[in-house]
Amino acid sequence: MTVDVLERPEAATDGELMFVTLTVAGQPCGIPVASVRDILGGQTITRIPLAPPEIAGSLNLRGRIVTAVDLRRRLNLPAAPEGQTPMSVVAEHGGELYALLVDQVSEVMGLKARDFEDNPPTLDQAWAAFSTGIYRLDDRLLVVLDVSKLLALSGEG
Amino acid sequence: MDDLLADFLTETNESLAELDVALVTLERTPNDEATLGFIFRLVHTIKGTCGFLGLPRLERVAHAGENILGKIRDKALTVSPDIISQVLAALDRIKMIVAHLAATGSEPAGDDSVLIATLNATAAGQTAAPAASPEAAAPEEIEEPETPVPEPVAAAPEPAIPQTAPAAAAQTIRVTVDVLEDLMTLVSELVLTRNQLLQLARTQENGHFSVPLQRLSHITSDLQEGVMKTRMQPIGNAWNKLPRLVRDLSREMNKKIELTMLGAETELDRQVLELIKDPLTHMVRNSGDHGLETPAERKAAGKAETGRITLNAFHEGGHIIIEISDDGRGLAVDRIKAKALSNGLATEAELAGMSDDQIARFIFRAGLSTAAKVTAVSGRGVGMDVVKTNIEKIGGTIDLKNRPGHGTTFTIKIPLTLAIVSALIVEAGRERFAIPQLSVVELVRARREADGSSESVIERINGTPVLRLRNRLLPLVGLSDLLALGVPPADDDGAYIVVAQVGASMLGIIVDRVFDTEEIVVKPVAPILRHVTMFSGNTILGDGSVIMILDSNGIARATGIGAAGDTKPVVLPSTETATSRAMTTMLLFLANGDQKMAVPLGLVARLEDIPREKIELSCGEPVTQYRGRLMPLVPISGMHDPDKALQSVLVFADRDRAMGLMVDQIIDVVDERLQIELGGARPGMLGTAVIRGNATDVIDTGYWLTRAAQDWFDGAAPAGQELRQRQVLVVDDNAFFRQLLVPTLGAAGYEVTAAGSGADALRLRDAGMTFDAIVSDIDMPDMDGLTFARNVRAGGAWAGIPMIALTARAESRDMDAGRAAGFNDYVTKSRREDLVTALRACLAEPALV
Repeated sequence: MTVDVLERPEAATDGELMFVTLTVAGQPCGIPVASVRDILGGQTITRIPLAPPEIAGSLNLRGRIVTAVDLRRRLNLPAAPEGQTPMSVVAEHGGELYALLVDQVSEVMGLKARDFEDNPPTLDQAWAAFSTGIYRLDDRLLVVLDVSKLLALSGEG
Repeated sequence: MDDLLADFLTETNESLAELDVALVTLERTPNDEATLGFIFRLVHTIKGTCGFLGLPRLERVAHAGENILGKIRDKALTVSPDIISQVLAALDRIKMIVAHLAATGSEPAGDDSVLIATLNATAAGQTAAPAASPEAAAPEEIEEPETPVPEPVAAAPEPAIPQTAPAAAAQTIRVTVDVLEDLMTLVSELVLTRNQLLQLARTQENGHFSVPLQRLSHITSDLQEGVMKTRMQPIGNAWNKLPRLVRDLSREMNKKIELTMLGAETELDRQVLELIKDPLTHMVRNSGDHGLETPAERKAAGKAETGRITLNAFHEGGHIIIEISDDGRGLAVDRIKAKALSNGLATEAELAGMSDDQIARFIFRAGLSTAAKVTAVSGRGVGMDVVKTNIEKIGGTIDLKNRPGHGTTFTIKIPLTLAIVSALIVEAGRERFAIPQLSVVELVRARREADGSSESVIERINGTPVLRLRNRLLPLVGLSDLLALGVPPADDDGAYIVVAQVGASMLGIIVDRVFDTEEIVVKPVAPILRHVTMFSGNTILGDGSVIMILDSNGIARATGIGAAGDTKPVVLPSTETATSRAMTTMLLFLANGDQKMAVPLGLVARLEDIPREKIELSCGEPVTQYRGRLMPLVPISGMHDPDKALQSVLVFADRDRAMGLMVDQIIDVVDERLQIELGGARPGMLGTAVIRGNATDVIDTGYWLTRAAQDWFDGAAPAGQELRQRQVLVVDDNAFFRQLLVPTLGAAGYEVTAAGSGADALRLRDAGMTFDAIVSDIDMPDMDGLTFARNVRAGGAWAGIPMIALTARAESRDMDAGRAAGFNDYVTKSRREDLVTALRACLAEPALV
């Protein structure tokens, strides 16, 4: 799966940007392919006591320690149902690797700029803070997540 | 061939290759100061090293070349192709000599005087000469062609070439750290894959794969270990060259130098080791050359003729600390100031606002050398700036402590992130954690509930867990509670206590299980977790799982242990001192009915509940058999109540003596800033303090000890009050006595700091602490009180502080010796009330009536 995702071209034809699409609590989201380093299936995650609640723990990615951020918690969503194994989208931020825990990673899509819109002003604060905008797809709306904002946790806790 | 020489040749060949390139670069960009500095340092290093290896010919040529480069750096010469040619000619000569060295192990015979004369002429600014000079040098080179190939060299050494040449190619090969780094990553992946395979094999019944898989598993573990090992080396490897260097240095400079190396086994990542090798060499050289005085100067200054250079390496708080200290003259701050001014590094106004240490730090700036004259050893202003650059490259810091007249200490601090440590793996709340072995003193298996025996049971004082451990109460903290793991201990009576040393204190960490120890590579935690101070890092274990590394200092801070004077007496390894201003852990108990009383927990060895039938009478006084001996029991109420079924007793112990103080009930342990507000008029009480909002009598332990045995400390007395708080330093190697004096003098209105040895006390002086008076024991190991006093009087900030000697001996001969050493007054330990009087007299304060 890793190979499939990463070997796709970063940007396709004019006006198209490539996104890794994923689902968090039923909501389709997209992360620019350029900021994604890896996609991982079920991983053993070590809890980090006293860490902020968004931090699910840390995991071993080929000898590197990656901090896992629970996207559901980060976006103020209810916890995943028991027994559901999250998938991880690994991204780099400030020289460190982070794994964003999501429910499901779907596919890499090229999205056209004309389908892009700013966040509706009424969007929930928790979402608006981490989203750069919305893509209108035929059958659903895709929220574009800003990885660096999602991972700007350092001052908190 | 000598290892040193082989190393030198390897390094020099590398340097020479770099020099060729750099010189050509310089020729093209004459104003490139970075390149010039780089060239200068390389040549300087070659020159410096061959001085020690006894290679005079090489040294002379390199020195002449360096002279020119120095002139260029000082802008006395401008770079021209002619000048570069001359430097290259010098390099060619060096190459020729080095090639011969590699082949035969000795310098070739030959004369470089023409070349050197030309170089010196150029250095002196006689630019007319250069055009002719390369040619002038050439004829002399007939038997030594520019190419480093040694064939045409005189016939004699030739047969030796085939055998000795391979010696230069050492038994090791150089591998870049990148390769090792990649290997490490690959091995980690291999381990993961191995683990997955093992997991699969466990679920499958058929055993076809199990044998080869076992083998694969073992090989993988060995491989992992091997790759880890390739990166670690004891720091002693970097110090190998130093004894020889110091020996040669001392001969060359006519100085007597003793080199002490401590902690040579401290392991360092090889990358770090490589990078600090040269800086360390430079610094030791500097210490010997500039720092230490000649024997005559030392004698005149009242020091031993032999100067001392000490290297000390150790792990501390997530760092590796390397100290390079000498007991020489210290840095000449005035000269540095003048030099900084003349070199335009700072203005007069800026300098005026700087402390001496700040000024001394100018030696880390490029182009500042304070050596009065340039020697072959060092002193061209290369050195400390290079040292600093190299150390900062690996994320380290360097600082210095200058004690004019007493020497200089450089402290290099390198983060542990590159280093490997041995860690104990423990489990609490179903999570595993690593505790660095360095901070673990011992492991104790304990029960959570009592089952008859009193040994190793976690006891609770109002919910606070403590453990009786060899005559001491060890404060405990549950790891699961501390980390809010929220999982109750699985097994109610099985627990392990990891006894950890935290600064000067001991702390027991309760864990559920203890696994093995494992070598781990400490990796820093992600930035978003830096605020969780309980962890010093994280790591990946051999089985591929991520584990957090506990920081015992962080745990101590979280539990308030660091600040409090707890079970272990307050000895100060660094700056941690127990002042009466700091928090003190107090044991609260009831006596005389419902009167609340308190005693510093640190003084109490154990708490016991002694059944009525175990209390016997000896000469009418209650005693009990305690650990095979009779222990006197003293009722704090003055009356022993023989009908009480279970008598609570505070056991005080010092060396082999013990006494029990009978109290009504033990209530609690609290941390409190001990401030005794009302002087005690009653015997046995120091006074009254507010603890937990209640007026509480603080008992004078000394008084009660003498009630049990007259000669315990020989007397005790309650003290009065002083008008304002004066700072008193107590120096005594006896922990018990220190603990006793802190509250006694505290009650007399003094703010007390305790030090466990003269050396510790002097460190406080060097750390800039000041006191109004010093009370020192005379009989102490290592540095006795007299030596300590002489040291204090010898100079520094404390030279004029009143000093009171405290001793068991009080003969007039001893008193005279004490006065001669610099003590103002002499008080015997048996008369502690005299101490307060003497302090008052020294400080010329009126005693309150």
